[in-house]
Amino acid sequence: MLIGAGCVETLETSAVSLGEFGLAPRFTAAVTGKTIRMMDATCPALHAAVQAAEKGVPFMPLRGLIGSDILKHRPDWRVIDNPFGNDDPIVLLPAIKPDVALFHAPLGDQFGNVFIARDRELMTMAHASARTIVTVEKLHEGNLLENPGLSAGTVPGFYVDTIAVAERGAWPLPLLDHYPADGAHLAEYAQAAATAEGFARYLVEHVFAKKAA
Amino acid sequence: VNDFREEELLADTIMRLIGDVRHVAVGNASPIPALAALTLRERGGGMPYVSLLGSRKHMFFTDGGRELFDCAGQGRIDVFFLSGGEIDGEGNVNLVSIGDYHQPKARFPGSFGSGYLYYVVPKIILFRVEHSLRTLVPKVSFISAPGGNETNVHRPGGPIALVTNRCLFSFDRGRKRFQLESVHPSHTVEEIVENTGFDFDRPRDVPMTEPPSAETLRLMRETVAPELAEVYPQFAQRVFGVALSQSA
Repeated sequence: MLIGAGCVETLETSAVSLGEFGLAPRFTAAVTGKTIRMMDATCPALHAAVQAAEKGVPFMPLRGLIGSDILKHRPDWRVIDNPFGNDDPIVLLPAIKPDVALFHAPLGDQFGNVFIARDRELMTMAHASARTIVTVEKLHEGNLLENPGLSAGTVPGFYVDTIAVAERGAWPLPLLDHYPADGAHLAEYAQAAATAEGFARYLVEHVFAKKAA
Repeated sequence: VNDFREEELLADTIMRLIGDVRHVAVGNASPIPALAALTLRERGGGMPYVSLLGSRKHMFFTDGGRELFDCAGQGRIDVFFLSGGEIDGEGNVNLVSIGDYHQPKARFPGSFGSGYLYYVVPKIILFRVEHSLRTLVPKVSFISAPGGNETNVHRPGGPIALVTNRCLFSFDRGRKRFQLESVHPSHTVEEIVENTGFDFDRPRDVPMTEPPSAETLRLMRETVAPELAEVYPQFAQRVFGVALSQSA
């Protein structure tokens, strides 16, 4: 939706789709219309590059990629000969250091701690980013880090700048363990987004419209 | 002969390809491989282990998105599935775009994990339901992941087969070439030659793909279809009539 609304200049990603509802039409239109710059990647490359930032090291090696056009179109990635091996080429990826990480999670507390359960890529994102802004389903009474059942799945408030409560904040997408996807609404979005006009109408109706608190 | 749906035949074919392994992982947008993996596990009394991306119930990983890739890099995943907007005769897959990369005529979602998993998972099963001249091409526009590499590239994995709505091909990694293994019921070799954009080997007599057994169909419909609805509600509804759950 950010792409459709013209808010994205460059996109580094391994894929954008609407899942069971098919291609993401505003993404497709932006790429074929050349209104965004693409940096195509593959999922583990992004995970690894964010992990490099998490560790404070300049790069991370990754298997695969050699002989692909993904690598061919990424002049910022390098291939070296494994210094511990013998004739063993391997790709190096520069660290990705995000300015801001944004995500939605089930619980937050007054200390800025955020419970993410098993979705630990959110932990990596928070570790790697200069700032982290989170919306949560609800506030937890007490301190999440003092609860032995929850603390292992909690991003410490140390890494978190801001929390806001947004009930059903993942809607119409699912929040695993809490609510499923709203399939009817996703189908409506997919249909609306098929044209620029339909997408603009969708924004007016569902994004720009102010809802009474 | 049992009545079966195309999706059931393709999943049954994939089950045979998976074989006797320890751990099968299923990625995004892969409802037919998910049907195959879960049915195989049901038939095997809990084996192989199945990790279904997007599922809470059918998923072991607790260390975030990277764990699938770390696990694969260590060789702890035996089978994975990939598709492609285009697939060519050398086993190259294209999940990115058609035409020039900087001025694409068509754009697909992106490479997902293919640029890595295609190299490190020993058995990659390619699936592309639409078997046509636009999907099975002489040469892909963009290589998300190559069918093979120079011998010095670390590559324990790669494609072993390609399943389409018309047939099953095996893949010879040494020769980088597909061979027609079997033709699905009600399809013909001539039709496959006509609708395939690349050359492939074929024996003089091509057998028919074995249809799924009554027991396999029962497992798919009664046990696995409702499980599948957790991650693929639209597919489970369309193919098996599993009611769409209302958003809470």
